[in-house]
Amino acid sequence: MNSEELDQIAENENEEQKKFAHRINVCVAAGCLSCQSQEVKDAIDSEVKKRGLEHECQTKGVGCMGLCSEGPLVSADAKLLYRRVAPDDAGDLVDSLKGAPVSRLLCRTDQPFFQKQKKIVLENSGNIDPERIEDYVAAHGYSGLIRVLSEMTPLQVIEEVVKSGLRGRGGAGYPTGLKWSTVAKAVARNKYAICNADEGDPGAFMDRSVLESDPHRVLEGMIIAAYAVGASEGYIYVRAEYPLAIKRLKTAIRQAERLGLLGGNICGTRFNFHVDLRLGAGAFVCGEETALIASIEGKRGTPRARPPYPAQEGLNGQPTLINNVETYANIPPIIRNGGAWYAKIGTEKSKGTKVFALAGRVQNTGLVEVPMGITLREIVFDVGGGIPEGRQIKAVQTGGPSGGCIPSEFLDMPVDYESLAKVGSIMGSGGMIVMDDSSCMVDVAKYFMDFCMSESCGKCIPCRVGTYQMHELLKNITNMQGASADISKLEELADVLKNTSLCGLGQSAPNPVLSTLRYFGGEYRAHVDNRSCTAGVCGSQEVKP
Amino acid sequence: MVSLAIDFSKPVVPNEDKRWKIVDATMRRLGHQPRALIETLHTVQEAFGYLDEDGLRYVSASLHVPLSRSYGVATFYHFFTLKPAGEHTCVICTGTACYIKGAAQLLATVQQDLGISPGETTVDGKLSLLTARCLGSCGLAPAVVYDHQVSGKVLPNNLREHIAKWMTHEL
Repeated sequence: MNSEELDQIAENENEEQKKFAHRINVCVAAGCLSCQSQEVKDAIDSEVKKRGLEHECQTKGVGCMGLCSEGPLVSADAKLLYRRVAPDDAGDLVDSLKGAPVSRLLCRTDQPFFQKQKKIVLENSGNIDPERIEDYVAAHGYSGLIRVLSEMTPLQVIEEVVKSGLRGRGGAGYPTGLKWSTVAKAVARNKYAICNADEGDPGAFMDRSVLESDPHRVLEGMIIAAYAVGASEGYIYVRAEYPLAIKRLKTAIRQAERLGLLGGNICGTRFNFHVDLRLGAGAFVCGEETALIASIEGKRGTPRARPPYPAQEGLNGQPTLINNVETYANIPPIIRNGGAWYAKIGTEKSKGTKVFALAGRVQNTGLVEVPMGITLREIVFDVGGGIPEGRQIKAVQTGGPSGGCIPSEFLDMPVDYESLAKVGSIMGSGGMIVMDDSSCMVDVAKYFMDFCMSESCGKCIPCRVGTYQMHELLKNITNMQGASADISKLEELADVLKNTSLCGLGQSAPNPVLSTLRYFGGEYRAHVDNRSCTAGVCGSQEVKP
Repeated sequence: MVSLAIDFSKPVVPNEDKRWKIVDATMRRLGHQPRALIETLHTVQEAFGYLDEDGLRYVSASLHVPLSRSYGVATFYHFFTLKPAGEHTCVICTGTACYIKGAAQLLATVQQDLGISPGETTVDGKLSLLTARCLGSCGLAPAVVYDHQVSGKVLPNNLREHIAKWMTHEL
């Protein structure tokens, strides 16, 4: 495979697609699939056949289009977007290709949800068929890899990534270029590149969508990374709960190997890189890199003390590069367009875009990609369309169980790594949950503590015992049996956990409690002193109808 | 007298079941190395629905892993289950988005109506109640999986109806 051959594939694919006068794309990512989008696609297929339009109209299953709450989504001729399409609407949709659009299903694409986004990672998502490599190649796929292999040395690749200012999208925001150069400098016979797709954060589904909508992009990023750091073997550690992502990744690996873009002597060079999948088995702690490595080695996913960092001593004791799905997905466009292009997007210290899974009490839930530095208000009220039922926004939760709740007075704060840290939250992997006045913040803190308690691996005592005790205290408070001493006990335990736990899970477990204590301390006191819950969530045990 | 010779014989398959061939294939593909443990347990669970003692013993012996370690791994990860599931499974997502939108009420509904907690099966073996950390269908919160079919924006009444239909053999 060389540059000319790749262009040939892209050209053939474009020719093939030009033969069709019309194109209907149906979203077949997880969100829409669970509202019967596969049935919609089948119905459209059969309507097209019934009218004898097989050679005029192409129907394609594509990845996530973003607006998951309005699914199933269907786009026609790349300009019209239809929402909440049912299989019965298929006939009307096909008929409309030559006439006026079906107005009752039309979804406006000039609304801020679409206008305020900037798509880099998700540029192909919703446009290409994730199960066909040709479609990805036609969208400039693998041209970055070819360029790297034919024109650039590993050092130049790393320089380009450093120049881009890309930071790890898994949550901590460690500079990617720096990580790569550490692994590249390590001397060893074998090196590994691992993709962390163990998206355990409840309320986040960005990695899943990227893997389901554009698996080749992640693979390409991984191969480029392996070339840069000198790795010859790689693993994608993906959650077993994501069967569709697993299936599409397996297909993608097979297709890339068939074209000689993966495996031995890639593109006729001396560079070898083999990728295999490893399935996670539902342990949140396995998102921590040393626990992830233990899990790939077939053991219980318990972390170990660092240093040595995986970049020096990781899988099988060899230098190992671990990056998140979204980080790898950013690599191909950086190589294609140059690091300087990427560095122009975003803020001074946080470059590029970030994909968020917007959910909770907000009008438009779904997958959004916004430039760094956008304000929370823009995300919630413009992109998200505001709070439904005329309720008041109370807080935005980012970073999942390791993050914090940001109160509404900080809505005008820019979203970047530093600003979020300043108000006691973290960027995290990208879950963003909006809460309104129907949520009790003490209850939310208890929810996250319950999560951390059951996900604690049990290796170090501060985390194992501390999360349990904090949960007990919170349970007391929400059951209206708390004493004011409980609040100071919570603060004390939070301090111990933060400073003495072995890994990130325990160190960040108190964050939801600390941030809610800091901004919503009044709610805690109302529970303790007046035995009342302003949101009306706590205290009552009966089920509402 | 106790023999001190190392036993190189292949472990005996627990029973005649053909599905063990699939398990053997996975272990062969990964070279019968101890590191293949998690992948192998995934295969066993996919083939049989759960991990039983015979299966764990067989996998341990085949991969030269102490039984304690297989058991440790099988109980450490939430995805593995040591009990067979009921005829129907109802998985309630308890991710953050679903929790904010009322997953706790859904859970309480089932617990109250059927008297089972998450991870348990009704006495007649009809229904297993499970929880998931996050299905990734947060846009459709709260989400419930009825026998592998994801259903979004579920209200306690929908859930009651669906379960009632299962119980009366309508579905």
